[in-house]
Amino acid sequence: MISLALAYLRDRPLTTALNILLLAIAVAMLVLLLQLGNQASERLEGDAEGIDLVVGSKGSPLQLILSSVFHVDQPTGNIPLSSLELLRADPAVARAVPLALGDNFEGYRIVGTDSSFGEHYRTEIAQGRAFDAPLEAVFGATVAAETGVTLGQKFVGSHGFAEDEADEQGHDHAPFETVGILAPTGSVVDRLILTSYESVWDVHGIDHDHDHADELESEERNDGHSHDADHAHDSEHGHASGHDHSGEAAEPDNPPEQSRRGSILQASDSDLEPELTALLVTYRSASGAIRIPAMVNRQTEMQSAVPATETARLIDLMGASIDGIRLFAWLLAATGGLAIFVALLNMARSREGDLALLRVMGASRVQVIATIILEGVITAAVGALIGWIGAHLLIVVAQVNSATLADLGLKAWSPAAGEFALIAAVLAIGAIAALLPAVRVYRTDPARVLARN
Amino acid sequence: MQLTVDGVTLSYGDRRVLSDISFSLNPCEQALLLGPSGSGKSSLLNIISGLQTPDEGSVSLGGADMADDGDATRKHHMGIIFQTLKLVSALNVRANLLLAQKLQTGGVDRNLVEATLERLGIADRAKARPFELSQGEAQRAAIARAVVVRPKLLIADEPTSALDLVNTESVARLLIESAEESGAMLLIATHDDRLRSYFARTISLSEGRLAA
Repeated sequence: MISLALAYLRDRPLTTALNILLLAIAVAMLVLLLQLGNQASERLEGDAEGIDLVVGSKGSPLQLILSSVFHVDQPTGNIPLSSLELLRADPAVARAVPLALGDNFEGYRIVGTDSSFGEHYRTEIAQGRAFDAPLEAVFGATVAAETGVTLGQKFVGSHGFAEDEADEQGHDHAPFETVGILAPTGSVVDRLILTSYESVWDVHGIDHDHDHADELESEERNDGHSHDADHAHDSEHGHASGHDHSGEAAEPDNPPEQSRRGSILQASDSDLEPELTALLVTYRSASGAIRIPAMVNRQTEMQSAVPATETARLIDLMGASIDGIRLFAWLLAATGGLAIFVALLNMARSREGDLALLRVMGASRVQVIATIILEGVITAAVGALIGWIGAHLLIVVAQVNSATLADLGLKAWSPAAGEFALIAAVLAIGAIAALLPAVRVYRTDPARVLARN
Repeated sequence: MQLTVDGVTLSYGDRRVLSDISFSLNPCEQALLLGPSGSGKSSLLNIISGLQTPDEGSVSLGGADMADDGDATRKHHMGIIFQTLKLVSALNVRANLLLAQKLQTGGVDRNLVEATLERLGIADRAKARPFELSQGEAQRAAIARAVVVRPKLLIADEPTSALDLVNTESVARLLIESAEESGAMLLIATHDDRLRSYFARTISLSEGRLAA
C-alpha cells in the first residue's frame, strides 16, 4: 500500500511538489521560531544568570544589558573607575565585575576585566594560564577554535566590535600575547577574549597612574588576581602611555561614530582618565536590590539596569513578533493541509475506478483508505522533513553570515523542545486532510462504480 | 470447484433486472453469457463476483455462498476483467500484475508475471503506464492481470467491445487459452455475437431472463 501511495503521489508530481513545498515552508518557519524562541531565551537567561545589576553610563538600559551581558550591542558610554571602588565597598555587594570594552580581534570582543570575571562565569583554563601581566590575553573556547590561535601567539586588537572595522583601526603598536585558552562554558564567555582592563587602557594610550591600581590592590588580591600593581606598563611594553593615535585621528576612513560611541576606544587623547564601560553586580543580600539601583540612579551620573527585567522585556519584544510569525506559519501549515485535502478529494473522485478495481482485486476497505491516508501522511512527512532540514541548514548559514545570530548561540543541529511535537502535528494535519477523502472512498460502492463505467 | 447460480432475482426499484436466473459451470468449463445491452449481464456478473447481493436466490463457488463470503471468495478464486476498468492508473503493467498477485494470493511470483506478459505478447510494454497502451494492449494487460493470480473462475465483461475483428479473435483466443492453462472456468459476458463460435456453451440472456 505504501508503494501504491507513492505511485499515486508520483502520478501527480506538480500537485505533490506544491503541497510538500507549502508544508516545508511552514515547518521551516515554525522550527526557526522554536529555535529562536527557545535557544535564544535559554541563552539570554543563561548568560544573565547570577548578574543582579549592571551599572553603566546613562542611556538605554536594554542597550547596556545587550552590550555588557550579551556582548551584542554598542556600549552606552564610559563610567569612572571610582564606581568600581564605590560598589565593591558596599556591604550589600557580593561581587562587582569590571568591564572595559572597545576592541575586537577578528570580530570577537576583547573584554578588559579582572579575575572576578572568571569567578562569576566559573571559567576553567583548558590550556596555558590566566592573564597576569599587561597585554596578556585568554581566549574563549569558541574564539580559540574559530581563530586557530595557539599559546604564545601574538595578535593585534582593533577598534570597534566588528571584523570589518578591524583593518582600519588596528593597534599594531600594542600586540597582545595569548597565554591561555578557556574550556567551553556554553555561555557568552566562549566568544570573548579576556584581558586585564589595564591592558585595554594601555592599548588606547590612556595614562593610568598606579594609584588606581594601588587602590584596588587589596581587593584584587582578595579576588585571587595577581595583577602586579607595581608594573610599569609604559616602559615594559615599549609603548608610551600616550601611544600614538594621531595617525588614527588623521585617518580619512575613521569608523562611523556609532560604532565608537561611548566606548573606551574613543579615547585617542592621552589626557583621558582611565575609565570602565560597565560593572556586573551580584548582591550579597536582598537589601541590595532595593538600595543600590536607587543609589546609582539618583546619586551618580550612571544608570543601573536589571538583566532579568531587560531580558524579559527583550523576550517580550521578540515574543510579539514571534507570535505574529508563528500564527502566519500555522496558517501556512493549515493551507498546506487544505491543499492536500483538495488534492485528495479530487483524487478520490477521479480515481474511483482505480479504487473499485483495487476492491475487486481483493483489497479491503481499510487497505484502500489506508492508501489515501498514507498519501496525505507521506506528503506531510516529506514536507516536514524538508522543512526541518531546511530550517537547520538556514541556521548554519545564518551563523556563518551573521555575527549577531552566532552570538545568540543558536545550535544548528540541536533540536529545540517542541520540534518533534511540531512534526507530529504536521503529520496529523496530513492525516486529517486525507480523512474526509478516505471516508468518501470508504463509502464508495465498487459495484455502482463498475455499473457507471 | 463448481459455480452455481440458483434462482437469482434482482430489481432496481420497480424495475426488475434479473428474474430467476439459474445455471451452473463445471470445473474448466467455458461459457458465453450472451445478450444485448441492458439485458442484465453486468448485474449478473456483479452478483456472481460478490460485488452485489441479489434480492432472491444465491450464487456459490466451490460451495461458498457469495452473499456470505463474497470478498474472500472473489479474492482467492476469481480473476475479473472489466469492460473499462482494466488497470490501476498510477502503476505500469508489470506493477499492476504484481499488485494483483500480492492482493489476491498474498505473494509474488515474478516468473509467472514475466511468462504471462511474454505469452500475451506485451512483454515489451511491461513498463508502460495504462494511458500509454493501445486498446488491444490494454485488454491483453487486463487479461494478464486476471490470470496471473491463477483463478478458479475467470470472468470477463464485454472484453471485445471497441475491438476490431482481428483483435476480437485474438482476445477471445487468449482468454480461452489462458483459462485452459490456469485450469479455470471461463464466463464471458458479451453482446458480441461473433464470439459465439468460440464456445461450446452459450447462456443467452434477454430482458433479465434466460432465453431458451
